Amino acid sequence: MSGRVLVGVKRVIDYAVKIRVKPDHSGVVTDGVKHSMNPFCEIAVEEAVKLKEKKLIKEVVAVSCGPQQVQETIRTALAMGADRGIHVEVSGKDYDNMGPLQVSKIMAALAKKEEAQLVILGKQAIDDDCNQTGQMTAALLDWPQGTFASEVTLEGDKVKVVREIDGGLETIKINTPAVVTADLRLNTPRYATLPNIMKAKKKKIANVKPADLGVDMASRVEVLRVDEPPQRQAGMKVETVEDLVGKLKEAGRI
Amino acid sequence: MAAIFKARKALGLCLSGCRSLTQLAELPEMHQMLRQTCRDYADRELTPIAAKLDKEHSFPAKQIQELGAMGVLAMEVPDGLGGAGMDYLAYSLAVEEISRGCASTGVVVSVNNSLYIGPILKFGTEEQKKQWITPFTTGEKVGCFALSEPGNGSDAGAASTIARQEGDEWVLNGTKAWITNSWDASATVVFATTDKSLKHKGISAFLIPMPYPGLSLGKKEDKLGIRASSTANIILEDCRIPLGNMLGPRGAGFKIAMQTLDSGRIGIAAQALGIAQAALDCAADYAHKRTAFGAPIGKMQAIQFKLADMALAIESARLLTWKAAILRDAKKPFTKEAAMAKLAASEAATYCSHQSIQILGGMGYVTDMPAERHYRDARITEIYEGTSEIQRLVIANQILKEYQP
Repeated sequence: MSGRVLVGVKRVIDYAVKIRVKPDHSGVVTDGVKHSMNPFCEIAVEEAVKLKEKKLIKEVVAVSCGPQQVQETIRTALAMGADRGIHVEVSGKDYDNMGPLQVSKIMAALAKKEEAQLVILGKQAIDDDCNQTGQMTAALLDWPQGTFASEVTLEGDKVKVVREIDGGLETIKINTPAVVTADLRLNTPRYATLPNIMKAKKKKIANVKPADLGVDMASRVEVLRVDEPPQRQAGMKVETVEDLVGKLKEAGRI
Repeated sequence: MAAIFKARKALGLCLSGCRSLTQLAELPEMHQMLRQTCRDYADRELTPIAAKLDKEHSFPAKQIQELGAMGVLAMEVPDGLGGAGMDYLAYSLAVEEISRGCASTGVVVSVNNSLYIGPILKFGTEEQKKQWITPFTTGEKVGCFALSEPGNGSDAGAASTIARQEGDEWVLNGTKAWITNSWDASATVVFATTDKSLKHKGISAFLIPMPYPGLSLGKKEDKLGIRASSTANIILEDCRIPLGNMLGPRGAGFKIAMQTLDSGRIGIAAQALGIAQAALDCAADYAHKRTAFGAPIGKMQAIQFKLADMALAIESARLLTWKAAILRDAKKPFTKEAAMAKLAASEAATYCSHQSIQILGGMGYVTDMPAERHYRDARITEIYEGTSEIQRLVIANQILKEYQP
């Protein structure tokens, strides 16, 4: 086995920022807004680095798709312990329309090129909440997938994944190479140490274009409009249960 | 003519030291990453517990260990000795972000870096560095700096703690006062008179482990602010240490202390900036949310002027702090700038925390909001590591030198 793990990291608007919709309703305001690594991607990086520290894998490669700014996100992954980075250059309209389909094609192409043993991704991004990239990547590669992982154990040429599902926890064993997506309780990401932040400067980030990987970035989805959630309406107090039932019937709720 | 050349030379000295003027406009990527990492740590691990640490006067041992693991407790120390090998600009960014979360944790970090490790790194032998620095880089142990005495603070040259040589030992007697970290420290740098006739040129520096026979601690002071950091007297009674525990040459103690404090001032300036910023954050957030007379109070000019003045004070002091750090990193003279930074930042901290309470009104006076803690924490920054009055004297001294006819 190559001992190489590919980790996808996405640059998203920071979770603490208050999101504002653009006046033309074409999207959300991103200019001048604080961005950081998607929290689930942080968990994915942490898991990969832990596997390397346990000497179960040899190399962690951090991948991000987007314009120049995503290099900051890759550097954060390097500071956490990834060995090298790949920046897939996507900008302009292609970046605006980029979604799980395009990213999964890119990840699949890179996974083949890098002969990855494992691809670890966050279960979803906090901006679009798609929860599709991991699953699509596995399908494109025809690899097994262990999604919503709360525990990952490498056992020879197989991976045991404990998955968080609605009913509780499901444990599966899949062959490698495989795709795993990280859920919240998989681990607690480390703070980068200052020496690692300095070392990150020296680690390599390769630049690649989607065309080099034979990936067509055309989107099959068109965003028609983005709106804020409706303002919460004031509630109403009623005196009796009969009043409550009456009001609910009026509102067509029952 | 000569005066014009002298003045121009003085100006040139300032500008050439600032060859990385761009760093004042935008920090290099590594510094930005470091700042963000420290800010994330402070937001997640310090801000939520700062009020409790303050109320219970409890030392943040766990957080200090975590910060040690990150490299924050020995930022300037080279990699080979167990440190992070970073520059002073990085250090001032780290202390500001940490202090923004918890001012007490900030001062523990600052004292360990600047006042304890600082002089050993600069004046210690290789053996001393290994013995007294390396164990203090991980967060497991912190150090302290004992200069002030009950009889002299600003008047450092009048040290009445005595060190006399007896065979192959130094025997120290005296009392040191106001020592930050004392109750939590595993070692101290102590200043004592070895030759009384030489006045301030007769003071030497020593290294003493803690606990140690002949060294005892006074009661923990019950302070107005920075309550999670311990402050107490250190009492030396026939404290016997090996001759090898002298730091630097005999009689160099005063010089070591003054040079150490020059750098320490950048650390305290950074701590004051963190407190001031936290006060501004609190006030600005409140100004958006609190309504009065039918609108958020942030719409009122009186509040707007306060916020503007607060932000101005912080930004000015921050740039002075960065400049002092950049000059120090470039190995240029930085005494004047460091004093200016500490003075500006500490006055900004007291000003901002005062105005922050004012903006919060009654809410600023109660412990439900952090404003009152910022007010209490800020006050000491104008006093320790050189009072505001001393800073003014230091600056004036430098100015007069520059204009020497």
